[in-house]
Amino acid sequence: MRAFTQHKGLVAPMDRSNVDTDMIIPKQFLKSIKRTGFGPNLFDALRYLDEGQPDQDSSKRPLNPDFVLNQPRYRNASVLLARSNFGCGSSREHAPWALDDYGFRVIIAPSFADIFYNNCFKNGLLPIVLEEKIVDKLFQDAEALEGYQLTVDLEAKTVITPAGESFGFEVDDFRRHCLLNGLDDIGVTLEDAELIKTYEDQRRQTAPWLFDAGQ
Amino acid sequence: MAGKTLYDKLWDDHLVKQRDDGSALIYIDRQLLHEVTSPQAFEGLRLAKRKPWRIDANLATPDHNVPTTDRAKGIEGIVDPVSKIQVETLGKNCDEFGILEFKIMDQRQGIVHVIGPEQGATLPGMTIVCGDSHTSTHGAFGCLAHGIGTSEVEHVLATQCLVQQKMKNMLVKVNGELGKGVTGKDVVLAIIGKIGTAGGTGHAIEFGGQAIQNLSMEGRMTICNMAIEAGARVGMVAVDGTTIEYVKGRPFAPKGDAWDAAVKYWRTLHSDVDAVFDKVVELDGAEIMPQVSWGTSPEMVADVTGNVPDPAKEEDPIKREGIERALKYMGLRPNQAITDIKLDRVFIGSCTNSRIEDLREAAAVVKGRKVAGSLKQAMVVPGSGLVKAQAEAEGLDRIFIEAGLEWRDPGCSMCLAMNADKLGEGEHCASTSNRNFEGRQGFGGRTHLVSPSMAAAAAISGHFVDVRELLN
Repeated sequence: MRAFTQHKGLVAPMDRSNVDTDMIIPKQFLKSIKRTGFGPNLFDALRYLDEGQPDQDSSKRPLNPDFVLNQPRYRNASVLLARSNFGCGSSREHAPWALDDYGFRVIIAPSFADIFYNNCFKNGLLPIVLEEKIVDKLFQDAEALEGYQLTVDLEAKTVITPAGESFGFEVDDFRRHCLLNGLDDIGVTLEDAELIKTYEDQRRQTAPWLFDAGQ
Repeated sequence: MAGKTLYDKLWDDHLVKQRDDGSALIYIDRQLLHEVTSPQAFEGLRLAKRKPWRIDANLATPDHNVPTTDRAKGIEGIVDPVSKIQVETLGKNCDEFGILEFKIMDQRQGIVHVIGPEQGATLPGMTIVCGDSHTSTHGAFGCLAHGIGTSEVEHVLATQCLVQQKMKNMLVKVNGELGKGVTGKDVVLAIIGKIGTAGGTGHAIEFGGQAIQNLSMEGRMTICNMAIEAGARVGMVAVDGTTIEYVKGRPFAPKGDAWDAAVKYWRTLHSDVDAVFDKVVELDGAEIMPQVSWGTSPEMVADVTGNVPDPAKEEDPIKREGIERALKYMGLRPNQAITDIKLDRVFIGSCTNSRIEDLREAAAVVKGRKVAGSLKQAMVVPGSGLVKAQAEAEGLDRIFIEAGLEWRDPGCSMCLAMNADKLGEGEHCASTSNRNFEGRQGFGGRTHLVSPSMAAAAAISGHFVDVRELLN
C-alpha cells in the first residue's frame, strides 16, 4: 500500500450531508473485477448529465456545470471537504478506489460511516474527522478563496490552513502506523500466525461444531 | 463489575490478540462470498502468493448480477458481458481455491444473507463477515456479523482474522406488542426514523424488548439487516428458543452430541441483566404504524397515515436543504398525503424481505385481488432457490401470478439494479428493499421502502394504502 505521511493539496468543498456510496460510485461500475479505473465515474450521477455505463469514454459525456468538481477552480483537487455521515451505505471498496483513482488523498468531514472510514485506510486514503464548526470554517474559506490549499500531516496529526492555523485530529494508532509506513496489514497479521493457530486449536475443542459444519 | 453485553461476549470469545495500540485480532468463523466484492480479493491472494487460511470457513454464491428470468440458461442467460465475467470469475476463483460455491444453477443459490441462515451456515455465536454491508442480517442469530470491504475479504481469506477496534454498545428496545399488520420492516424503519442514519455509527446495536422477542427469526433478520441503515455495522438479537428451533435440522447445523453441546453454549448468548450499554433507545411497539419512506435516505420515513414533510417547518438549515433536495428528486409536494403517492412499479424481494414469511405475508394481501392497471410492473423475487421451491409448494406462486405479479428467479435483483431489473427515470417504486438512495434502483428511479404486505397492498391499489384496511 502507498504510504501517507504529509500531503498538501487543493480543497474541493462538497456541501451535502449523507453522501452515500451509491452516489460515490454507482452500481453499474461495480461489475469490474479490477481495483483501478473508477476515477472517471466518481460521483457519476452528479457529475454528468447522462447515465453512465461501464467501459464508456467519459471524456465525451455532458458535464453537469453545477457540480462542484466540474468547476475549473477545483480541477486537480486532492482534498475533499465533506459534510456529516460521508460514505454511508454499502461496504463497496470501489468508493475509496474511485476517490483515490480520481486523485483525492484526504477527505475531511465531521463524521464518516464506519465501513467506508475503515476502507479508506486500506487504500492510502486518509479520512479526517474534524469538529463541525471547524469544518464550517473550512467550507467558508475554501469557497471564498480560490486556490485554497490545506496541508495534512499524519505524523503530527494536524491539518494546517494557508493562514497557519493548525487543527489536531484523532486517528487509531494501528491505522496510522500502517498508513505512515505503507504496510500490508495481512503481512502484519501473519506475524501472529502461531497465535491464530493456538486460538483455533482451543476453539476446535470448545466449539467443535464450528469446524466440521456441513460434513 | 457490571455484566457483559451480548456483543462483549461475542468479542471476548473471538479475541485472538489484544494489541497495545487498542486494535485487536478477531477470529472469523464464517465468510460469505459473492461475485461483486471478491474478485480483487482473490487476485490479491494470488499476487502475494498466499493461500486461504481455512477453506471450509467460506461459502460462496453469485447473487448481485444474476438474472431473475430464464434461469435454465445458467450463466449463458446473463446478457451483460461484464456481469457475466464477474459471475464466471467467482466460479473460477472458488474452483481454484476449493471453496464451496452454490452456483447459478444450484437450487441452493440465492442472496448470501438468505442462504447462510437457510443452510445453517449461520450459527449462533459465530463471527460472520461478507463484502456486503447487509451482513448485519446474521446478527439475528446472536452472531457478531458485519460487512467488510474487499481488502478485508482478502485479509480474512488469508488469515481467518480481522483487525478490529471494539465498538460501543447500544440497546434498542422495542417494548410491548406490535399492532396487526405491523411487521419487522415497519419496526426497523421506525427505529431509523427515530435515531437517524448515523444514530448507530460506532456502535453494535442489540435489538431487544418484548416486540423483538415475539418476532420470528425472519422478522428479526429483517431488523438486523437494516442496522447498517442506522449507521451500525452490527445488529444483534439475543439467542432464545425461537433461534434454536430455527437452526435445528439445517444442513450445516451440528447434529447429535455436538448439537447438545452447541445449544448449551448458545443459551448463554444474551446480555447479562446487569450489563451496561453506552446508549439506550426505547420505542413503544404498539405505537409503530406501517411505514413508508418518502425521501432519499432511510431515515426519511413517515407513517402510512401521515404526510410528506414540509421543509418550511424545519429549522435546521442543513436538514431543510436535505428535505428540499429529496422532495425535488422524488417529485413530491410538501404535506402531500403518503397515500396520494402513485406508483409505477412494485418490487418484493432483497436480503431484507425475500424469505418465505415475507412472501406469505404479501400473498395473503394479493390473494383473490388484481394488480392495479396503472402499474407498469409488479414483481416478486424469492431470496433463494429453496425459498422459491417452498413458495411453489405452498401455491404462493399461483396467487402472485393470478393477481398479475411476476414470479421470478432468486437474486438481489431490483434492490440495487445490477442486473436487468431496474427502474426508469422518474418512476416510483414500492420496494421491500433497504435503500432509497438516489439512483439506487435505476438512474433517476424513486424508491419507497415498505414491508412486503404494504408493497402488496400498493400493487393492488396503484398507490400507497394502509394495509391494515385490506386485512380487515
